[in-house]
Amino acid sequence: MNIIVCVKQVPDTTEVRLDPVTGTLIRDGVPSIINPDDKAGLEAALRLKDQFGAHVTVLSMGPMQADVALREALAMGADDAVLVSDRAFGGADTWATSSTLAAAIQKLPYDLIITGRQAIDGDTAQVGPQIAEHLGLPHISYAEDLQLEGDSVVVRRQFEDRVHVIRAKLPCLVTALSELNKPRYMTPGGIFDAFRQKHVTVWTRPDLEISDDNIGLQGSPTRVFKSFPKSPKAAGTVEKLDPREGARAIVQKLAEKHII
Amino acid sequence: MSNADYQGVFVFAQQVDGQVAGVALELLGKAHELAQVRQTRVTAVLLGHHVSGLTGELIAAGADRVLVLDRPELEVYMTEPYTWAMARIIHEYRPEIMLTPATAIGRDLAPRVSSRVHTGLTADCTGLEIQEETGNLLMTRPAFGGNIMATILCPEHRPQMATVRPGVMRRLPADASWQGEVVLLDWEVPPQTRNVEILEVVKAVSEAVDIQDAKVLVSGGRGMGGPENFKLLEQLAEVLGGTVAASRAAVDAGWIAKDRQVGQTGKTVRPNLYIACGISGAIQHLAGMEESDMIVAINKDETAPIFGVADYGIVGDALQVIPALIEELKAYKKQ
Repeated sequence: MNIIVCVKQVPDTTEVRLDPVTGTLIRDGVPSIINPDDKAGLEAALRLKDQFGAHVTVLSMGPMQADVALREALAMGADDAVLVSDRAFGGADTWATSSTLAAAIQKLPYDLIITGRQAIDGDTAQVGPQIAEHLGLPHISYAEDLQLEGDSVVVRRQFEDRVHVIRAKLPCLVTALSELNKPRYMTPGGIFDAFRQKHVTVWTRPDLEISDDNIGLQGSPTRVFKSFPKSPKAAGTVEKLDPREGARAIVQKLAEKHII
Repeated sequence: MSNADYQGVFVFAQQVDGQVAGVALELLGKAHELAQVRQTRVTAVLLGHHVSGLTGELIAAGADRVLVLDRPELEVYMTEPYTWAMARIIHEYRPEIMLTPATAIGRDLAPRVSSRVHTGLTADCTGLEIQEETGNLLMTRPAFGGNIMATILCPEHRPQMATVRPGVMRRLPADASWQGEVVLLDWEVPPQTRNVEILEVVKAVSEAVDIQDAKVLVSGGRGMGGPENFKLLEQLAEVLGGTVAASRAAVDAGWIAKDRQVGQTGKTVRPNLYIACGISGAIQHLAGMEESDMIVAINKDETAPIFGVADYGIVGDALQVIPALIEELKAYKKQ
């Protein structure tokens, strides 16, 4: 069985802090990580490999620095890694990103494609379902459990107030929640192999059979019109009081605002 | 076909088990506002089975027209049959704007539809307005956990698609006197859309509390120290007629159920009063609650970011302040 796992390298936004003076993001020294939902997707693929035997290929689109994320995936146990990287793919929105990744996937053998539900820097949850649509495959998103049964996957698909247990025949695409599992650590041997023995294949623009109309900025239906820091709220009052005084002060404020 | 061939503001009126999602009504309110600027109509799209009784609610919330596709294949949400229906509606009715709730259903359906009809989609918008010069939709959304806002345009493709999370837009006061047209579609759902099988539907058994409906939220974080101290929050919530919520740290620690989580990966809330107890205020948390009318924060650490959004903050130990606050509130009520 061939499994493709799509991963994105993202800044660890849980480490992002606000500059208290300027109110802007402090990004210096923020480490890059494999997006958490994607990492859970990779772990799910590796577990299927452990259980049934499978060839796991990790695929990423991004700048050459994303090589590090792919090497980490190799060190965890992925067999192959492909990085789709070219300036021509830059500036892509989710539509162009998914069509580019779909074009890359079409060059590879696959039975199951796993993506994370969403990336922590963009939070759109769009690329997984959009890849499936470009490939004409069924997809199941928001997977909190994933099992292989014969030629099908059985997925627990999470909603706000319920779960659907869904069976889909392969080939299909599944988007993983980080609740799916606890990803394994890289092993020392795995790290050695990933950086010394294994190879990250890089595909550039000429390697993909896809129209210029479907890639990069040109292939993106959406445009960023402007971006701006969130307007800070007018600062309130902060007081250091002992518990009793503090409690009285809160009651007084709530009474002033007619909340109590 | 040019952009001018696409007209009208459409809303995917999500229903589950015959209940219209509150966020669909909120979107109809926003759609009404956008349609007035564009001098066009609001259409609600209602998919499901035995759902025709819901059209009145949608019209009262702002729909000028409801398109109903009532088929057994649409009774339970499945990606492909719903995608097929939405894509066909877009092809035949050509909306200029399509709004979809950013729910676990909408965030699955909208990307698939946008990909099929080849248009742009902007997720989790917090602001929607019409650009005066062009008539295009300006879609504003948070990025990087809510610190940076980006305004997105979809200038050359139609419809302009956006998803919006529950609690962000405000519904119109329901008006039963509003008149609207109901169009019953007689389309057959093609069998080739059935590629997956639902083996089981498991409804969550937790007591149905929706923190998004609460007027007062008493919310606890890591600073509460442990699950036993959430009883204090319950007592405070009771005195205030509120509900207990939590930060991701408290949920991840297993102190309280996930459906109480406020923030980027939880729920967006805007109660009249939000009391943050022992919550430091990670940006992902702030993104989910900073629109609350009044925010009170209690935290030991005077540099905690939560104080940056609080209307009133007390630097102190929540475990000591809350019992005192419960007593003071009871005393105030007796006066």
